[in-house]
Amino acid sequence: MSQGEKAGRGPMRARLGEWALIAIVVLYAAGLLLAPLVAIVWGSLAEGLSAFAREMTSADALSSLKLTLVMAVGATVINTVFGVCIAWVLVRDNFWGRRILNGLVDMPFAVSPVIAGFMLILLFGRTGWFTPLTEALGIKVVFALPGILLATVFISLPFVIREVAPVLSEVSLEQENAAFTIGASRLRTFWHVTLPAIRWGLLYGVSLTFARAVGEIGAVLVVSGGVSRLTETSTLFIFRSLDDRNYVGANAMAVLLAAISFVILLVIETLKKRTEQTQTL
Amino acid sequence: MRSAQANRNATKPMASARASLPWGKWGLRGTAFLYLGFMVALPLAAILRNGFSDGLLAFRADVMNITAFAALKLTLVTAVVVTMVNAVMGTLTAYVLVRFRFPGKGVLNTMIDMPFAIPTLVTGVMLVALYGPQRTLGAWLNSHGIQVIFATPGIVLALLVITYPFVIRTVQPVLMEAERGQEEAAYTLGASKWTTFRRVVLPTIAPAIVTGSLLSFARALGEFGSIVVVAGNIPGVTLTAPVYIYGQIESQNQRGASAMSIVLLALSFTLIVTVEWLQGRNRSSYVSG
Repeated sequence: MSQGEKAGRGPMRARLGEWALIAIVVLYAAGLLLAPLVAIVWGSLAEGLSAFAREMTSADALSSLKLTLVMAVGATVINTVFGVCIAWVLVRDNFWGRRILNGLVDMPFAVSPVIAGFMLILLFGRTGWFTPLTEALGIKVVFALPGILLATVFISLPFVIREVAPVLSEVSLEQENAAFTIGASRLRTFWHVTLPAIRWGLLYGVSLTFARAVGEIGAVLVVSGGVSRLTETSTLFIFRSLDDRNYVGANAMAVLLAAISFVILLVIETLKKRTEQTQTL
Repeated sequence: MRSAQANRNATKPMASARASLPWGKWGLRGTAFLYLGFMVALPLAAILRNGFSDGLLAFRADVMNITAFAALKLTLVTAVVVTMVNAVMGTLTAYVLVRFRFPGKGVLNTMIDMPFAIPTLVTGVMLVALYGPQRTLGAWLNSHGIQVIFATPGIVLALLVITYPFVIRTVQPVLMEAERGQEEAAYTLGASKWTTFRRVVLPTIAPAIVTGSLLSFARALGEFGSIVVVAGNIPGVTLTAPVYIYGQIESQNQRGASAMSIVLLALSFTLIVTVEWLQGRNRSSYVSG
């Protein structure tokens, strides 16, 4: 091999090697990613479209989809607002403790989702640190909607920050300072100068947050209590359906979630191209 | 208020622009600290407190009991195997995507991100649909004595799907920026393609491969959604550490759950810090994983 493929000699063999590598990669990726997808879509179609429709229009399925949507939107909004604040602080501000903040941002990626849910139980569960407070206020956190929301916020926290920070660090201070100097307030400068400059990176982060929030299971499973039609998200619906051996329902919901994530993925890809373009400009 | 600030800044532009609004700046700092403190630091503190609540000996006993230890071992072994496969296949995929042209390349590039978008639980259900004992491929493999679902191969397979993008997405940008001049020089001087790759390309992308591999290792350690469906979760056999934690929470053994959580957290925290350090040496610290 080392002698045979010297420069100039045997371009055909070099091409052959190239195609062999391409074939390995394509087969590996297709086997790993595409084959399971095809299998589940095929399986669902084999049950017939009417079975799919029946499972997806059941009251349990519909209410779980609604809850998933509400929680994902809620978590995305919270993490977008705080995420932009934190990204700004990390990039523009300089103070003692900045590195600690920077490290904290990455923790949700390092923490297993189950652990994330468990943390909330330790804080808000029966003997939790904050339970006296929440009880006094009459709020139920764990095994209720606030717990699901907190869990979802936690696991999707880093995305906006990690996507906005690099874009923000490339936005030139001159434009901002110019706007500021001619009399625009901080807030107006942010709305009219900074935000347009970071918009693609921000949207990219937002869609990643949303995708992650829709698909969460581990953290939500621990804190939800899994009461169907009340605290059951779509992923929990799948989990319970598997337990109940309702495979048609589980598969149908899985196909639906896969389709939703596919749409999000296409949005993400488009946005990624946009961010790359703005970054190279 | 607004016009007063503007006036101050009109007279002293640029340098003072930052200092002119201390309450705004402190407000943002405070928000960042409070939010991350409440959402991240405080929950971590709760776990540490709970895991060590009965002292180090109890902690040791919690981690070293047979089921817990087997779960930890299974998680580590499968994560190591998956990381090694990813280091090779991820690098190869990135190389093929950057250096070669072929039909369907764009589709492949998009497909790589699928595991980031598709819920992990759904990935698990998909794998059961393909490899489950009653399904076509699964039944065929079963008849040849290979059990994938409810066995260790299923865990490895699920982790391979979930962590596939990490090495690719860290190596790709580095490979794109690498100068091709050196490569072509080595090749022109008579080095084979493989020697060129090993001696010229590999040293350039090695830090990225390590970073991506560490990230996929950290991800594999914590994976729950796909594994809980695929593994069968038999204690001592196919029960991984995250699923073990889930079981302990369900059976109200909070201290046991905390102890295992602390071990996993310590591991992935070390990994993340290493990654930050590696990235800090190579690029700015705001490069996302």
